[in-house]
Amino acid sequence: MSTKRETDFLADVDLGREKLLNRLFYGTLVVASLFGLAMLVLLLTDVLWEASQALTNFDIDIGNFLTATSSSRAEQAGFGASIIASVWLMVLTAVLAFFIAVGCAIYLVEYAPENRVTRLIEANLANLAGVPSIVYGLLVLALIVNDAGLGSVILAGAIALALLIVPIIIVASIESIRAVPSSVRDGSYAMGATKWQTIRQVVLPQAMPGILTGTILALARAVGETAPLIMVGTMLHATRYPDGPFASFSAMPTQIYNWTYQADRMFNGLAAVGIVVLLLFLVAMYALAGYLRKRYETDGSSISNV
Amino acid sequence: MSSNTSNEQVTDESVNETDGTSDGAIIETDISVDRGSSHTTGHTETIVRAEGLDVYYGDDQALDNVTIEIPEHRVTAMIGPSGCGKSTFLRSINRMNDRIPAARVDGGLHFRGKNVYDDDVDPVALRRTIGQVFQSPNPFPKSIYDNVAYGLRVQGKADGMDLDAAVERALRGAALWDEVKDQLNESGLDLSGGQQQRLCIARAIATDPEVILMDEPTSALDPVAASKIEDLINELVDEYTVIIVTHNMQQAARISDKTAVFLTGGELVEFDDTATIFEDPDDDRVENYITGKFG
Repeated sequence: MSTKRETDFLADVDLGREKLLNRLFYGTLVVASLFGLAMLVLLLTDVLWEASQALTNFDIDIGNFLTATSSSRAEQAGFGASIIASVWLMVLTAVLAFFIAVGCAIYLVEYAPENRVTRLIEANLANLAGVPSIVYGLLVLALIVNDAGLGSVILAGAIALALLIVPIIIVASIESIRAVPSSVRDGSYAMGATKWQTIRQVVLPQAMPGILTGTILALARAVGETAPLIMVGTMLHATRYPDGPFASFSAMPTQIYNWTYQADRMFNGLAAVGIVVLLLFLVAMYALAGYLRKRYETDGSSISNV
Repeated sequence: MSSNTSNEQVTDESVNETDGTSDGAIIETDISVDRGSSHTTGHTETIVRAEGLDVYYGDDQALDNVTIEIPEHRVTAMIGPSGCGKSTFLRSINRMNDRIPAARVDGGLHFRGKNVYDDDVDPVALRRTIGQVFQSPNPFPKSIYDNVAYGLRVQGKADGMDLDAAVERALRGAALWDEVKDQLNESGLDLSGGQQQRLCIARAIATDPEVILMDEPTSALDPVAASKIEDLINELVDEYTVIIVTHNMQQAARISDKTAVFLTGGELVEFDDTATIFEDPDDDRVENYITGKFG
């Protein structure tokens, strides 16, 4: 406060309290932000630790684990059939969900009139995205597995997962399509393009990276879902490689779940290793989504490069 | 749209229309502004004619009883303060206003004698004859080549034609060919702002429209890029009719043959030869606006 004598206008100002509050608030924010990171590190450490313990304690052969089918005898059990079942689920879910979701998003953004029905649909999409996943499992169990007589097969599981992620993809797609500048649409219409030509050739290509990112993130959620698949019905042990959409199955999360409550402790070890494989799948999908998003952002920035 | 490749063919029709609109009609006059010799002097036909045109956005009236006859193969400038309706008028011509749900149009707007708001006019077809260049450059996120070819492709003209030659012709017409001929497959978004705008002009002329609407095409550009666009507009009127909205009165004075002054409320206050508007306007409000006392 050496300046106090020369500058009277600072005489009565005491910022000490405000500055303390600022620092406190800042500290709270940093702690809150670090909380998520700390939990992630904790989770990864725990998972990796458990898996490495299991690998040494039970002498699990990784090659056999990744290729063998599961078995009621822990020494012979592997994860291969579940990995393949999850890949089948992902592909079928993606196909089922993508076209419905993107079609709905295009309709809502480009075609739907501004009225109460449209607003009702949009509001309900947010609600649908929040419905517990087990509810979709129950729905598919009642309608598809039992009533339609499809049975507890991969396709039924994919339908449940697709129902689960369709609203998520719709919301992501709506955002991407809305983000296409209307000036570009105008440019297309002014060239004498029809509405569909404009959507197909200008809007969708520009929105597609965002749509794909949203789709992949939603699929990453679907691949880890357990409850709806349990409702649809999975094998206790995935003892056969699925040979198509109509094969019975146990996907990665359900197989992990089934292993965790087996009496033989080695099954718990297998579950720990299985979780690492599942996480690797998720990391790969997030990486792909991040890559697409990054490319998308570079493209977006050059639009305003005037 | 009937065949319009020969001017003689439409002459009779247009003359009749001109006779029909006695009130306030602007009779074609010799163009003798201080323009380059590139513009032919003499009479030209009316290509766009508005008659008692009102445009509303919801309850707001954007254009109030606008009557104007815009000559073919000339640069016609629309000037006026912000919100005066000049851009609305431009968008009414190719029915881009249809894209705004609240927009409503009364009165007549005729393109070659046909009211474009008649029920049997498809705005998609109309826009294939009337091109538009926008305020800020809006190339598609496609290659330079695909940007220029876009109109030909969506209009179904690309099949069975020499697309490469058409793209080159359009890019030359937009004075962009020499700068981009080695990078036709690169994204149009990688160009500078001025180049992007010339790309948009190339895109517009590739389909050989009759009229090119320009909505403040240089307002997002630096002066050097803007002057290139102005030079280009000067050349375009040999083949096309250019209707340009501008905020920049010097620009209107430099490049246009005819000038329409809109003032607040969507009223067309005066429409005459550019020289007359800038040197000896009839209306005091126009004089005030041009000398900077208003708007």
